[in-house]
Amino acid sequence: MNDPESAAREPSLRTPDSPRALFSAFNRLALRGFGGVLPLAQRTLVEEERWLTNGEFVELLSLAQVLPGPNIGNLALMIGDRFFGLRGALAAYAGMFTAPLAIVLALALLYAGFADQPQVAAALRGMGAVSAGLIAAVALKALQSRMPDQIGWLMLCTTFVLVGLMRWPLVWVMLGLGALSVALVWRKEHRR
Amino acid sequence: MSTTDLLELFLRFLTLSLMAVGGAITLVPEMHRFVVDERSWLTDYEFTSSIALAQAAPGPNILFVTLIGWNAAGPLGALATTIGIMLPASILALHAHRWANHRADMPLVRAFRAGMIPITIGLLLATAWVLAEPNLSNPVLMLTSLAVAIITVRTKLNPLWLIAAGGLAGIVFGG
Repeated sequence: MNDPESAAREPSLRTPDSPRALFSAFNRLALRGFGGVLPLAQRTLVEEERWLTNGEFVELLSLAQVLPGPNIGNLALMIGDRFFGLRGALAAYAGMFTAPLAIVLALALLYAGFADQPQVAAALRGMGAVSAGLIAAVALKALQSRMPDQIGWLMLCTTFVLVGLMRWPLVWVMLGLGALSVALVWRKEHRR
Repeated sequence: MSTTDLLELFLRFLTLSLMAVGGAITLVPEMHRFVVDERSWLTDYEFTSSIALAQAAPGPNILFVTLIGWNAAGPLGALATTIGIMLPASILALHAHRWANHRADMPLVRAFRAGMIPITIGLLLATAWVLAEPNLSNPVLMLTSLAVAIITVRTKLNPLWLIAAGGLAGIVFGG
């Protein structure tokens, strides 16, 4: 937010060679994502592939989150579309979902009440704790690249309290607080 | 399940798709009401285990929707719920992205992007909290979350190691 123009391509950024490269990167990302893919998306796409800056990543994620549908699926579509249009979008989306779909169905076929076993449940609990830390890290890295101003911090904390602590329905927080935040930025820009 | 039922399953998930702001997980209560309470296509147990299973498997958590369909009506059911939940939202996302891209310099689009960023970061922290909260009574697991956040920001350690260590910590300290 302190640098809205940073969307300009930086020299260290790369471009995927082909839709195939998109497919395989998103496929790799999906298969690493135990307990959710989002925590690893920033690392894979920004740090490893260097297809976009951290700032661009947060911006795309913002858009992906206000739209309905799986955030990570929306993100795959948008990043794929940015490089190769519809072909890229489909390649990234297919990369994200094909293998996990097969695995989930295979698991469903094998499934024989293993979630009831106390050790499996305990391991899942520990992995959940790690997921929490990984997602918090995505937020911290986003803060490093886009430090909010005072109003931004207010919005950030209010969102956390309403959704995280008070468990308000997300739609209303998005519509209400989101509109307020956008309006405040608008007013600030147009006062200059 | 009859063809009409299958069609109804598909259409219901098709409409749910556009309501899935914040991810399909926010629709869990609504899906439960429809497939378990209203239609009895799934038992309560099948419904919850569908979600647990999808979360344990690698990949997007939204695939619990596939398992709900599978448990309700086999392969065709899986196809109906998966395509239903994904199609409308995908088409909308693609168009919204293109629309915003073509108007990246429009003041409203810029204000939207700048204004939504703090909300997005707040939501990420809220998600982290929702995942960590069940461990509030377990200091080892709470410290694990904190340590993972710090390690991930400071180093480039592969998260798979952290997840494996977390699984182990859960078995040893989390029971």
